[in-house]
Amino acid sequence: MPAPETTHGIGVSPGTAYGPVVQVAPPVRPPADEPAPADPDAALVDVKAALETVARSLEERAAAADDTAQQILKATALIARDRGLAKAAGKLLHAGRGPAHAIAGAVEEYAAQFEALGGLFAERVTDLRDVGSRAIAAVLGVPAPGVPRFDVPSVVVAEDLAPAETATLDRALVVGIITEAGGRTSHTAILAAQMGIPAVVQVPHATAIPVGVPVALDGDSGEVTTNPDPSLVEAQRVRAARRTKALAARSGPGVTRDGTEIALLANIGGVEDAVAAGALDLEGVGLFRTEFVFLSAAKAPTVAEQTEIYRRVFEPFGERRVVVRTLDAGADKPLAFADLGPEENPALGRRGLRLSAERPELLDAQLEALAVAARETGADVRVMAPMVATAEEAAWFARRVRENGLPKAGVMIEVPGAALRASDVLGEVDFGSLGTNDLAQYTMAADRMQGALSDLLDPWQPAVLDVIAAACEGADRAERPMGVCGESAGDPLLALVLVGLGASSLSMAPSKVPVVRFALSVHSLAECQELAVVAREARTAQEALQRVRDRADRQLTDVL
Amino acid sequence: MATRTVTIASSVGLHARPAALFVEAATNTGLDVEIARPGEDPVDATSILGVMALGAKFGEEVVLTADGDGADDALDSLVALLSRDLDAE
Repeated sequence: MPAPETTHGIGVSPGTAYGPVVQVAPPVRPPADEPAPADPDAALVDVKAALETVARSLEERAAAADDTAQQILKATALIARDRGLAKAAGKLLHAGRGPAHAIAGAVEEYAAQFEALGGLFAERVTDLRDVGSRAIAAVLGVPAPGVPRFDVPSVVVAEDLAPAETATLDRALVVGIITEAGGRTSHTAILAAQMGIPAVVQVPHATAIPVGVPVALDGDSGEVTTNPDPSLVEAQRVRAARRTKALAARSGPGVTRDGTEIALLANIGGVEDAVAAGALDLEGVGLFRTEFVFLSAAKAPTVAEQTEIYRRVFEPFGERRVVVRTLDAGADKPLAFADLGPEENPALGRRGLRLSAERPELLDAQLEALAVAARETGADVRVMAPMVATAEEAAWFARRVRENGLPKAGVMIEVPGAALRASDVLGEVDFGSLGTNDLAQYTMAADRMQGALSDLLDPWQPAVLDVIAAACEGADRAERPMGVCGESAGDPLLALVLVGLGASSLSMAPSKVPVVRFALSVHSLAECQELAVVAREARTAQEALQRVRDRADRQLTDVL
Repeated sequence: MATRTVTIASSVGLHARPAALFVEAATNTGLDVEIARPGEDPVDATSILGVMALGAKFGEEVVLTADGDGADDALDSLVALLSRDLDAE
C-alpha cells in the first residue's frame, strides 16, 4: 500500500469525499511532427475507422442519456459519420497531411463555414471540434478527451473543467471534484457549490495522480490526500456526520444568538436553480444572475420571451424576495447580441451597467419584462445594477427602474470607488449588495480568471475587508441596507466577519446556507463585531483567517 | 430525375434537430438525394455538415433532387418532412 500523501488546494465547495480518481483527458491536438502518410488510401481507412469509433461511442452515450442530451449526442454522432467530413480528410491525406492533421483540417473547413453563417449555426462548431478532437485521439490511440465513462462513485480530476462539462456531470456518480487550475470564483467552483459536490481547486500536480488511486478531499479546508490512511477517512467521515447533525438542528430565518435577523438568500442562475432553491429552507434570492439565462441566445430575447423566463424563476419563491441583477455581460461573459467589440482590458471596460448605458434598449426590455413577471407572480422583486462606480450612474439606473414600475432599485458594490463613496451612491437607491468576488479583483488588481493569483483574490485580504468596512459604514450613514452576494458570504467564518462589519443579508450557493445559519446561531452580533475587528487587525489574509478561526465558537470550528 | 421545391417550415431553420431528422430520412431512402438553394450547387442530402452549411433559414426555399426507383415517392416524403416545424415536435 503506497504511503498517504497530502497536498493543499483551495476548498471551494463544502463537504468531504472519498473515492477512486477518474482523470478528465485534455483536448487532443495533432502532433507537430506527424509524417505524411506513406499510403493515403490506407490512411483514409484508418481515419474512417476513427470517425466510426467516435460515432459509436456517442451513440452509446446517447442510449444512456436523458431526452435532451440524447438528441444532441445523436446529432453529433451523425457529424462523425458524415461522408463530406471523411471526403475532406481524404483530400488532405492525398495532399500529404498525416491522419491527425487531415481530421483537424477537415473539421476546420466546416467550422469556418458554420462560423461565417453565425447565430445558431456557429454554435454547432463546438460539437464539430469535439468530434474532431475525439477522432484525432482515436487515430493516435490516446484516451478520448473529456470526462470518461465510469460506473463507480468517483472523484473527478481535471486541469480545469469547462462549464458545460461541470453542468453535465452525474451527481450520483461524482462524489468530488479536484482541479489543478481554476480559482475561488471560477465558474467551475460556483457550479460545483451549486450542485452540492465537494470541490477543491488549485491542487498542484493533481492531473498526475494515477487513475483509480483512492483519494480523500475536504472541500472546506482544501486538503487532498492520496492513498489516505483509513483513520483519516474515518476522521473526515465522523466530522461530516457531526456536521450533518449540528446543521440539521437549525432551521428557519437566519438569526444571531442574540436575535439579530440576517436574511439567508440563494445565488441562482436560471429556472432550474430557482426550482431547486425555491424548495429549500431559505429566505429568497439575493442574486439572480440573468445573463446565464441568455448566454446561448444569438439575438436579444424579446420582452415576451424574457417575461416567461422570469415568471418561471419567481414562481418557486412565492412572496419571498428575489433580487435580480440586470444583464452583466462583457469581460469573461460575452453575449452574442450585446458585443461592443474586443477590448484590451474587458474587466475594466464597457461591462455591467456601462454596457446598459451604451445599449439602453436592452436594459429597458429587461426591466419591462421583470415588471410584468413581478406583477403576475406577486414575488417581492428588487432590481440591482452591476458595475456601478458613481452616484450619477446609480441615479440613472434608479430612474429607469422606477419608470418601468418596479418598486425597489439597488446597486452592486463591486468597484472600490463605489465602496468608498457608498453613502453617496446608495443615497440614490434603496439598497446595496457587495459583490465580493469582483470587489477583491478590483481592490487587489488581480484577474479573477487568473488561477495563479488566487492568493491575492482571497476575500480575507485585510485590504478587501477594509474596503467592505468602508462600504458598510457608508450604507449605515445613508440608512440603506447592505447585503453580500459574493462567494465569501457562504464561508461560515467570513460570514460572521461580514455581519460584524454591517451586512444585513447574506446570499450564497444554496448548499452553503445551513452551515452559515449554524455559524450565526452560535454567535451574538457583538461577537461578530469583535471578530471583524480582530480580522482587520491582521497583516495578512492567512493571519486574518487564523485569528477568526481561533476566536470563533468551538461549536462552529468543531464541524468545519 | 425527380425534383421538388419546398419552403423550410422549422422555426430555427435547417439546423440542429431539424437537420438531423432530415439527413436521417434522406439516408433511409437509400437513394442519392441532393439539396440546394435555388440556382446554386447542390450538396449531398445525407451529409449533416453539408446540409447545415447550406444555412437554410425559416421561410427560405430549397430544391431537392433524386434519381432512381421510387425517387418521386422519396422526395414527396422529404417535402412533407421539411414542411413541418421539426424543432417544435
